[in-house]
Amino acid sequence: MGVKLLLEKANVPGIRTYDVYRREGGYTAAEKALKEMSIEAIVEEVKKSGLRGRGGAGFPAGMKWSFIAKPEGVPRHLVCNADESEPGTFKDRYLMEFLPHLLLEGLLISSFALGSNDTYIYIRGEYAWVADILEDAIVEATKNGWLGKNILGTGFDCMVHVHRGAGAYICGEETALIESLEGKRGNPRIKPPFPAIQGLWMRPTVVNNVETLAAVVPIIKMGGVEYAKIGVGRSTGTKLISACGNINKPGVYEIDMTISVEDFIYSDEYCGGIAGGKKLKACIPGGSSVPILPANLLLKTAKGETRYMNYESLSDGGFATGSMMGSGGFIVLDEDQCIVKNTLTLARFYRHESCGQCSPCREGTGWMEKILQKIELGKGESSDIDLLWDIQRKIEGNTICPLGDAAAWPVAAAIRHFRDEFEWHIQNRELSQTSNFGLQHYADPIHVPA
Amino acid sequence: MSLQFNNEQMTEFKRLVAHYPEGKQKSALLPALNLAQDSFGGWLPTEAMDYVASLLKIEPIEVYEVATFYSMYNLKPVGKFVFEVCQTGPCMISGSDNIIAYIQKQLDIKPGETTKDGIFTLKLVECLGACGYAPMMQVGKIYREHLTKEKVDAIIEEYRMQVVALN
Repeated sequence: MGVKLLLEKANVPGIRTYDVYRREGGYTAAEKALKEMSIEAIVEEVKKSGLRGRGGAGFPAGMKWSFIAKPEGVPRHLVCNADESEPGTFKDRYLMEFLPHLLLEGLLISSFALGSNDTYIYIRGEYAWVADILEDAIVEATKNGWLGKNILGTGFDCMVHVHRGAGAYICGEETALIESLEGKRGNPRIKPPFPAIQGLWMRPTVVNNVETLAAVVPIIKMGGVEYAKIGVGRSTGTKLISACGNINKPGVYEIDMTISVEDFIYSDEYCGGIAGGKKLKACIPGGSSVPILPANLLLKTAKGETRYMNYESLSDGGFATGSMMGSGGFIVLDEDQCIVKNTLTLARFYRHESCGQCSPCREGTGWMEKILQKIELGKGESSDIDLLWDIQRKIEGNTICPLGDAAAWPVAAAIRHFRDEFEWHIQNRELSQTSNFGLQHYADPIHVPA
Repeated sequence: MSLQFNNEQMTEFKRLVAHYPEGKQKSALLPALNLAQDSFGGWLPTEAMDYVASLLKIEPIEVYEVATFYSMYNLKPVGKFVFEVCQTGPCMISGSDNIIAYIQKQLDIKPGETTKDGIFTLKLVECLGACGYAPMMQVGKIYREHLTKEKVDAIIEEYRMQVVALN
């Protein structure tokens, strides 16, 4: 059993309620932070912990906090990013649904450290029942003196507000989220100015992911140095992985980032192997926007070393032969899955979610979807593969926000690693409508544990 | 103006606006539109958007541009129950195509259409964050997960019974 810092109490009956959470040691980290620690000391612990943003970008959280401007007389805000919309990712939902007070405790400590008296949780609109759970938890926490005025007699006031979105992946991007929180379309802003200087209502703002803020609780409890001892290298602490696709045990798992990808997929403690006794074909290890990897490159790096579930190892080899930790949305594809079809659904997703501000993304995502649709329907031409490659290359890096990159990468990686499958679709127009390419090009090199 | 929040809805509207600082009431637009949609039959006629604009003291165009941006706002009438079925990658590899085809057959409608009796609307949506419990759909506030043909039948029956009970 790996170490559990976030989900340790997730199965305690009634842990969703204040009384049980408190009885199980909840809010002791908040007590320690507010009563015994200075603001500088809290930020220092988070820095020492090496905690990296859990939303996908992996930027050091303590450093992000230290950028916040503190002009005299201007309110500052902490915003919790609960817009979780990256396909394959459902870890924040799990955390909020089962441990709402853990998030609130993390928010309280973080709000105190940042000087945010009004903290917002921007939750995706579809998670309506989760928003209700959070609202109930806020009422309980307020009643028990953990939110509201003069918390623990420190003179610090803090209120947490739940703000429901209305369906837009782009609002997971922090400046789009801020626009949306201001009651506008979710169009990302041009940076600079960064939110830490001018964010919500042009006030200094820090936007952090749900899991990042929850992780502040164990960091304060155990100290940043101890937290950093868990994991490996710059992948400190634990990470929530939401595993889905063709595996025996889909779900949310907390890992300490020293486990190998192979163990994560095949051990009974985690995914429990490929469903139906089938073979592993490919995997998108960090949410739909990160590069897909064929089984052989997923389990071992190009150098033949074991690949591990952490930031460095998953990205070993760069985009040529590696991928990314991303948001921890771990999507497993078995031997019967069609890479063209899978890539098509992702291209459709990004076309649907493009905000339309930047031409390369607005136009390019639509073109990619149409070309993939054409290939999938058995009408592809051999020039289409190069055309797709050309389009994704012209989107990447040419947009205001990372959605353009997120749309380009899955298409690029699918062509990079599965070009023969695309070619097969184009050369076997009729056959491709009734059967799949399957595992043809992996017959031998694929690594399948006994 | 005929569309108006009743007392209970108005109390909720005021609670939503109170989350934001003085003068920043436009921030309540998304939550207010969610409330309006729930209050006025599951969709947002222009009249409802204009009403929300007047309550928040903003221009109607500021509401329209938001209502047309976010996928959860219905700008056309919908059935009493909207089946929003996920079709993105993880759901697709878990069999959502079959579920979508089955719902179409059982309800005899295409995506985007409403049944003649006005009870069901089928809407195809992109990832709802339930990938580990695929295939899935959202109906109102709740997620229906691990869908099978049998489950779909039971769900359709369940909502039909609800309508019967209401009438």
